[in-house]
Amino acid sequence: MIELQDVHKAFGPKQVLTGFTLTVRDGETLVLIGYSGTGKSVVLKHIVGLLHPDAGEVIVDGRMVPELDRAELNAVRRDIGYVFQFAALFDSMTVAENVALGLRNRDLPEAEIVERVQEALALVDLTGTDERAPAELSGGMRKRVGLARAIALRPRYMLYDEPTTGLDPVTAAVIDRLVVRTREHLGVTGLVVTHDMRSAYTVGDRIAMLYEGRVRQVGTVEEIRETDDPVVRQFIEGRPE
Amino acid sequence: MITGIGRRAVAAVEAVGRLGHFVGDMTRALPDVRTWGRLVAQQMRRIGVDSLPVALFIAAFTGVVLALQASYTFTGAVPLYFVGTLVGKTMMLELGPVLAGLALAGRVGASMAAELGTMTITEQVDALETLAYDPQSFLVVPRVVAATAMFPVIVTFAVATGIVTGWLTSLALLELSTAQFLKGLKIFYVFKDLWFGLFKSATFGFTIALVGCRVGLGTRGGAEGVGQSAMRAVVYSAVLILMLDAFWAVVLL
Ligand SMILES: Nc1ncnc2c1ncn2[C@@H]1O[C@H](COP(=O)(O)OP(=O)(O)OP(=O)(O)O)[C@@H](O)[C@H]1O
Ligand SMILES: [Mg+2]
Repeated sequence: MIELQDVHKAFGPKQVLTGFTLTVRDGETLVLIGYSGTGKSVVLKHIVGLLHPDAGEVIVDGRMVPELDRAELNAVRRDIGYVFQFAALFDSMTVAENVALGLRNRDLPEAEIVERVQEALALVDLTGTDERAPAELSGGMRKRVGLARAIALRPRYMLYDEPTTGLDPVTAAVIDRLVVRTREHLGVTGLVVTHDMRSAYTVGDRIAMLYEGRVRQVGTVEEIRETDDPVVRQFIEGRPE
Repeated sequence: MITGIGRRAVAAVEAVGRLGHFVGDMTRALPDVRTWGRLVAQQMRRIGVDSLPVALFIAAFTGVVLALQASYTFTGAVPLYFVGTLVGKTMMLELGPVLAGLALAGRVGASMAAELGTMTITEQVDALETLAYDPQSFLVVPRVVAATAMFPVIVTFAVATGIVTGWLTSLALLELSTAQFLKGLKIFYVFKDLWFGLFKSATFGFTIALVGCRVGLGTRGGAEGVGQSAMRAVVYSAVLILMLDAFWAVVLL
């Protein structure tokens, strides 16, 4: 279970999170929606301890993330697969090395690493791209490699930062299917950040909307679709006013 | 103006403090040999390939100029074979390490800052962390260890090159024989000349890599930020090299 309790975060004078509270239950896929620049990526970075909250609690499986030392933090991070918004592939390494890197510090035999890399690449339909450099790949392929890198870890949690943004509708649908497949395949608990509502409805069990530093509303897909909240309605319908 | 100077002094002290902090973080990552051990060789190769040509090029011309200046200064006053002494001592003690250090601050330091800067702004450093790696052991330690080990090697080649070109210049332009040049080279040579120069080079390598990594990992903003970091790394490490050079001269000579 991932819990964020009353999290506050500011960068200089800019208040980004002001009392953000959200729980991701075991086994579910929760979708976090919200306008650009409201702090969705900031939320994800708190969960893996890349950012420290100014106040409030971030708890993963009962462990208070901001208070952990490096060894304990690494133990939490080993349970979490993080898919970055812009893939964040290591451009000095090949695709296969990218996917393998997270396994190399885990005392796994080389044969198993190779097998897991191949399996993850197959899952994202990138078999055969092993030796390519990230710079040679299209944006969509890079995102899929980023996904494979997280899947190969066989984590208990997956955090996806806008997995479908900037992709054509068909590739976006492919990624959505992958998110669903990953969950069925690995039984992971997922938190998906997006502002693509079609994707949100496809992959989510529940949807939460981040607005002005807090969760504006959280509910099942049906509840959100039927919401009376004008702010949420405007966002999900994509109305300019 | 005085407050301006004061502010700058405070900022400089703070910057040194941050660098000290960074050294502390790096030291904590040192026991993690499993992570950084296999990355050192690759960095050493890169540093060598990147910097040998520049270092040798500079040393070659320095050797020529040293020989000519020595003969210009000594003619009539001091026996000409002292040209060998001056070329040898100056290359080993000062110009070999410092000129190579300054040139490599430009090449190695800037390229490390730009590389780590790009990795920072494209979230590759964050990605490393989420994969349970410590960026210190994965990125910083291999570079600092490799630079510290490689610089003395590069400087050795540079010193040798400078002495050879100095010798060739003496033969061709100064009517000095090989035997005379060698006599001059040996006459006041002490082992300290060599180890002092090489030790200094190691500290320069350490400084350049450390500053390059620190500045690179602190990069903010986009491509412009990366450019700024590269520039900063060169300036800071050049200043630190000159200060260190004076420091070692005071402490060790
Ligand atoms: N490390 C940081 N330093 C300073 N400001 C930051 C940092 N990270 C995020 N911010 C600021 O926090 C705000 C929220 O950023 P965030 O990236 O979380 O937005 P987002 O909701 O993910 O937007 P998008 O949908 O465009 O990705 C932005 O105004 C951003 O400038
Ligand atoms: Mg974002």
